[in-house]
Amino acid sequence: MSTATPANTGAHPVEKVGGQTATFVDQRLGSNKFLSRNLSKVFPEHWSFMLGEIALYSFIVVLLTGTYLTLFYKPSMAEVIYEGSYVPLQGIYMSEAYASTLNISFDIRGGLLIRQMHHWAALIFVAAVAVHMFRVFFTGAFRKPREFNWLVGVALTTLALAAGFTGYSLPDDLLSGTGLQIIRGILQSIPIVGTWIAFFVFGGEYPGGDIISRLYSAHILLVPGLILALVTVHLIMVWTQKHTQFPGPGRTNNNVVGYPLLPIYMAKAGGFFFIVFGIIALLSGLVNINPVWIFGPYTPDQVTAGTQPDWYIGWLDGALRLMPNIETVILGFTISWNVFIPAVVIPGILFTGLALYPFLEAWATGDKREHNLLDRPRNAPVRTGIGVMAIVFYGILWLAGGNDLMATTFNMSINAISWTLRILLIVGPPIAFIITKRTCLALQRRDREKLLHGYESGRVLRLPHGEFIEVHQPLNEKELAVISSKPDYPVLPAPQKADIDGVRNPNYRKDMLRHKISAFFYGDNIPKPSAAEIEAGQHHAEEQAEIEAPLHEYEDRDVIYNAHGGVLHHPGMPKTNAEQVAEQETRA
Amino acid sequence: MSKRDDASILPANPPHGEPKLGYLPVADIPHKPRVTDTDPKAARRAERQVASMFILSMLLVVLFVVAFVSIDVSTVIYVPVLGEVGASNLALGLTFGGAIFFIGAGAIQWAKKLMPDVEVVQERHDMTSPKDATEEAAATYERGKEESGFARYPIIRRTLIGALALFPIPLVIMLRDLWQTPPGANPVEILSTTTWRDGERIVPDIGHSTGENVAGIRPEEIPVGGLVSALPMSIKDLKDDPVANMRDRGKSAIILVRMDPEEIRSQQGEGWDYQGILAYSKICTHVGCPIALYEHRTHHLLCPCHQSTFDLADSGDVIFGPAARRMPQLPIRLDEEGFLVAASDFQQPVGPSFWERG
Repeated sequence: MSTATPANTGAHPVEKVGGQTATFVDQRLGSNKFLSRNLSKVFPEHWSFMLGEIALYSFIVVLLTGTYLTLFYKPSMAEVIYEGSYVPLQGIYMSEAYASTLNISFDIRGGLLIRQMHHWAALIFVAAVAVHMFRVFFTGAFRKPREFNWLVGVALTTLALAAGFTGYSLPDDLLSGTGLQIIRGILQSIPIVGTWIAFFVFGGEYPGGDIISRLYSAHILLVPGLILALVTVHLIMVWTQKHTQFPGPGRTNNNVVGYPLLPIYMAKAGGFFFIVFGIIALLSGLVNINPVWIFGPYTPDQVTAGTQPDWYIGWLDGALRLMPNIETVILGFTISWNVFIPAVVIPGILFTGLALYPFLEAWATGDKREHNLLDRPRNAPVRTGIGVMAIVFYGILWLAGGNDLMATTFNMSINAISWTLRILLIVGPPIAFIITKRTCLALQRRDREKLLHGYESGRVLRLPHGEFIEVHQPLNEKELAVISSKPDYPVLPAPQKADIDGVRNPNYRKDMLRHKISAFFYGDNIPKPSAAEIEAGQHHAEEQAEIEAPLHEYEDRDVIYNAHGGVLHHPGMPKTNAEQVAEQETRA
Repeated sequence: MSKRDDASILPANPPHGEPKLGYLPVADIPHKPRVTDTDPKAARRAERQVASMFILSMLLVVLFVVAFVSIDVSTVIYVPVLGEVGASNLALGLTFGGAIFFIGAGAIQWAKKLMPDVEVVQERHDMTSPKDATEEAAATYERGKEESGFARYPIIRRTLIGALALFPIPLVIMLRDLWQTPPGANPVEILSTTTWRDGERIVPDIGHSTGENVAGIRPEEIPVGGLVSALPMSIKDLKDDPVANMRDRGKSAIILVRMDPEEIRSQQGEGWDYQGILAYSKICTHVGCPIALYEHRTHHLLCPCHQSTFDLADSGDVIFGPAARRMPQLPIRLDEEGFLVAASDFQQPVGPSFWERG
């Protein structure tokens, strides 16, 4: 270091190397232009923004552990006799796929840990994707300009389910094989082409000898490749559009308030990656997941009681369980509504509805503005109601997926449980919608009260002339900014049947429909008070607080005389405690 | 009025720099200094905490290597709460997970305590491109269209579209051979038949590897109220053909139940039972799970997958659940040696329904 050239003196050696590297790369890629723009990029902060991060990081863990598993797993349905170290299955015929899974679990050091990390990370990935989607939905983050990213997100959710299902079947244990058998039944229920699709997928009659290797190539190449590509697009869009933010002091629709990428956001996000990764590894060391050795090898004439799929498929299984047994034969062709509706039509409708929702809402409300400031869920009661309705629908189906466990655990009739859930599935979601919408509107009223009068302190004060008031206190800066951020969503005006000249409006019916839908969305919203009203309300609360302020001073003393009801003789100019004590002494 | 301009109904985005939502002016963002900002001692403490976590991470990596080398993969230990667990998995998980976790914990502690925590403001810019850029792109596009002659040579345009539309066809056609065997077979025929035929002996479900020498089932071996899972005898010949073996298990598997002949209210054919012994397909008519949950007092058969319930005393009729068809019954008789055999194949396809089933 003593031979350092004068030009470099003062620079830390790490910085020097870093600077040289940056120059080297920049001369070839022009990367410094990008860095200069982006190293200081601001990211807003909120706990719910970490949900998408959890999804991303658990996906990285899935990729890493999955790559490791491919080194040992054999995607073959060829029959072998198990000779590994798990005693109960020694000497048993099984597929190479199952045997290699047992090998990973019992003979390879760290194999079980990686297998369990893969499974845990996959479960967490799907869960994080789902909850992240709820966050985006309920806060209206899907609105213009982010509709494309919502579509990418819906595609990613579908792919996450596909990745989960294809992977679930690979160990070729009894439980996963039963899942495949159900898939066969579902494929066969598709009208016209179902039978052929089932034969193409399985390479012939079920189960055939091809399905494991086909699922394998989908699971390790096709599906993760698509997920990786779409995740990249997802992140690029977040980057260029800048993240949405919740309302707060200084936050507007046209700015981003938060922490710069370097160093804070990078340290926090990078650190959080290691935390997610570490927790998945700890969980896999401590908690068993998918113990395939208990179920035994797959054979299509056996099944275990109380079969349960992974959590994210549970709702489809529940739908299959709840559907009444309707099947029709028309002109010699069979339509199995009892399978086709719950397993194909319902998920199809749900995911299509999910994908189209941003466009439907924009059409219904006529809202073409850019939204970078998130909605509080209460301020969009119909959207929030629809979301809760969907969650309740999903939740009931999910519960139904465990109706046999409920029956055995609580010793109840499975028929009664199934009928209860069938009825709940129809009446539950609308009730949830109404309750949610009303709750949102009640919260809006409370917000309006707060803006007009400040918040209720719970302290009652008697004024000198005998009047009792409850002291209202002004909102703090943050609360005021959050509550007053409530956007006004005007209802689309009702169209005229004909204009002044008597020319009929050709779009009358369509416009009327839009007017009605728009009124349904926002017609009940509680109007936000005007700026002047808010100012007056807060000012009034401040005045009340001022009246009360000397009382606090008074109460703070050790000895309190005449404290009942806190009577004040001169509002704003009470006698201090010391004055009162002196007064009493002179009187004595 | 004919074409609605939606933007006219709602106020357009106000120009940048003015808050659109909320009446509050852009206020200073409230900020409270942290202890580490004001107290150098606290800052030093935070620094030590961060470094300790990184050191802990390094130590755990060393421990991981030790555990990997020294703990036998088959060692099972008892741990309170967790129960019997693999020692290797537990040790590797805790050291590996801990090593990773503390890197993250250290980084976040560092960011929260020592890096500046003052929020900053950045302006957003409209996603819409400036007008001149749009115009330039449109002009470039027009020039490209003109220069290529895409509009001028309709024959080139149409043949190109045709060629592009056709070229993926081979990719789709080649998928046809996803299913090859048996050549020329029709799925409907395959799904409609099983290996059962007249005289096919019924053998108990013999697992993959043992019990190969069972000659069959005699009626007296099945008690009243009992249930036996069974397969066709021919499955033994398929020992070396796992695909055919699995296929027959998934299609020809049956259950034999015996009840008092008085209790049989109906069956799917005259005299298909043998002295109260009834044979039904084991494969659920809903989506194909094998069923063997049988309640002998009520003669109910319950599918463990979706809880379809069938009454075996009444032609295997569906009495509850999502299955729409009764369980197919297999006619049985006794052969010369006194073993139970099938009297024919099933009279209807077994397993889940399909479009061409009728």
